Amino acid sequence: MKTADITNSEMNISNAEEFFEASATQILANLAERVPSINRQLVYRCELNKLISVLKLMKANESLDFSQLSDLTAVDYPSRIQRFELVYQLLSVTHNRRIRIICAIDEGQIVPSATGVYKSAEWPEREVWDMYGLFFSDHPDLRRLLTDYGFEGHPLRKDFPLTGYVEVRYDDMDRRVAYQPVQLTQEYRDFDFLSPWEGDQELVHSSLNAEAENEENAKKNGGS
Amino acid sequence: MGEMQIRPLTLNFGPQHPAAHGVLRLVLEMDGEVIQRADPHVGLLHRGTEKLIEQKTYLQALPYFDRLDYVSPMNQEHVWALAIESALQIEVPRRAQLIRVMFCEIGRILNHLLNLTTFAIDVGAMTPLLWGFEEREHLMEFCERASGARLHAAYFRPGGVHQDIPDGLAEDILNWCDKFPNFITDLETLLTDNRIFKQRTVDIGVLSADNALALGMSGPVIRASGLAWDLRKSNPYDAYDEMRFDIPVGKTGDCYARYLVRVEEMKQSLSIIKQAIHKMEPGPVLAQNNKITPPRRGDMKMSMESLIHHFKIYTEGFHVPASESYTAVEAPKGEFGVYLVSDGSNKPYRCKIRAPGYFFMAAVDEMSRGHMLADSVAIIGSLDVVFGEIDR
Repeated sequence: MKTADITNSEMNISNAEEFFEASATQILANLAERVPSINRQLVYRCELNKLISVLKLMKANESLDFSQLSDLTAVDYPSRIQRFELVYQLLSVTHNRRIRIICAIDEGQIVPSATGVYKSAEWPEREVWDMYGLFFSDHPDLRRLLTDYGFEGHPLRKDFPLTGYVEVRYDDMDRRVAYQPVQLTQEYRDFDFLSPWEGDQELVHSSLNAEAENEENAKKNGGS
Repeated sequence: MGEMQIRPLTLNFGPQHPAAHGVLRLVLEMDGEVIQRADPHVGLLHRGTEKLIEQKTYLQALPYFDRLDYVSPMNQEHVWALAIESALQIEVPRRAQLIRVMFCEIGRILNHLLNLTTFAIDVGAMTPLLWGFEEREHLMEFCERASGARLHAAYFRPGGVHQDIPDGLAEDILNWCDKFPNFITDLETLLTDNRIFKQRTVDIGVLSADNALALGMSGPVIRASGLAWDLRKSNPYDAYDEMRFDIPVGKTGDCYARYLVRVEEMKQSLSIIKQAIHKMEPGPVLAQNNKITPPRRGDMKMSMESLIHHFKIYTEGFHVPASESYTAVEAPKGEFGVYLVSDGSNKPYRCKIRAPGYFFMAAVDEMSRGHMLADSVAIIGSLDVVFGEIDR
């Protein structure tokens, strides 16, 4: 009897989840597209020009009611045509659901600020500007947030070196903090463990890829 | 005499000020003693944690989480372990889940003890700090006995915890649980009805529930504003769905309500610790998966395979299939989340850490406008900020 009750309630929960997901997809029909993800997380992709209307709809629509922007960040994919992805994490406390809006943008494209919709976007947008150099229009106060005063570059970009370009020390003679180009006693070594051979990683990867391709071709030929 | 332009006085608060709770530089624009605008300059403790994590294997990245909110380190490790476990789809043994829940609640008490007592010293009460730190010492001893480290434990691992708790620790924690309510009573006699404490905190920094949501608040701050929102209840992880506890909710959303919520949360945490210990049964504490969790030291002496696995796990590490996910836990300060993007290699492609204190700090401007200078100290104290997690 008890186990039956539990399975019933579980089914109700999954029905409610499915209903919520279906209604979200319906509401966002022309604006964003659902993409698959792990653990049944709700993930939508949208285009930059529709971003703000999606966010507004998320907040205003009562059957969604995403009242909190819990995080905003970016991811850098240097090899893609649209280099960056902006990621908005929204939370609905009434429905106990989270949703993620992903928006791909190019380097140099200007992003409309979400601060008009969600107040909490102010600092995360400053951080994205600081770390990735993505510019937000209509932001009330777009300054660098986490890096040093007068810092140059955008550290979380993949082409920014881990060690940075400058280091600081206290200059006893001048009695102030002095900046100088970073000096390493040993070059930073990045082991990726993908191949037991050290050396020119590009060469190693290309030879590995070629091997894999050969194998695939062999399989195809064998299959047909 | 002609018309005069009066420029507001700009006051630099910090970055070396005991009431700034770390390295906060707060630039205040003052009209007399009333704050007109507060501009927090953060980042003085920025260590590039997210960039560093991208260069490390998943296991090597774990200790960085201890160093974010260094007041309750294990709660931070928890979110990293959960994020990896969900990406790898591995089950955590029940005993490990209960140990994690126990230490998370110990972490919560550790955090609230520090916050409440430093909050009290910010508004003028010295004694709670001296008493509270003695209790914190007991708790850090428990952490040390389990993991070997008082603070930076690196104890929670993907798949469970690093090692089982030693004999006698559970009993000692239970004994401590019996004594601790007396301390809470003492703390409350010092503060809860204290006239000066109430004058400094009641009706200061009021946040409505809607405003708290809009500003990205979470944890005790949002609960003090009247919203019963707790991730341990709404999205139970590990063994939290078996635990019976209440969510304390404030009514007024001021500094005093935030204090009351935290005091009640400590009592609830005590009850969760006891429940977790009573539910514990002997068993494994780390998932049995040779490709992800390291073998026992004893096995390595006898088995060549274990030795190879040990070597591979601690050099190359394990690979996480390409995926992206957002995982959040109810850390003592609020919602602590990790947005993890993996590309199938042994290192995270991107790891965004969502720290609760970050949004608290962003709200200081709005909350302190129109208040007196001394109130800004009470507001920062009641929000519970730690710069390790804000600056990352």
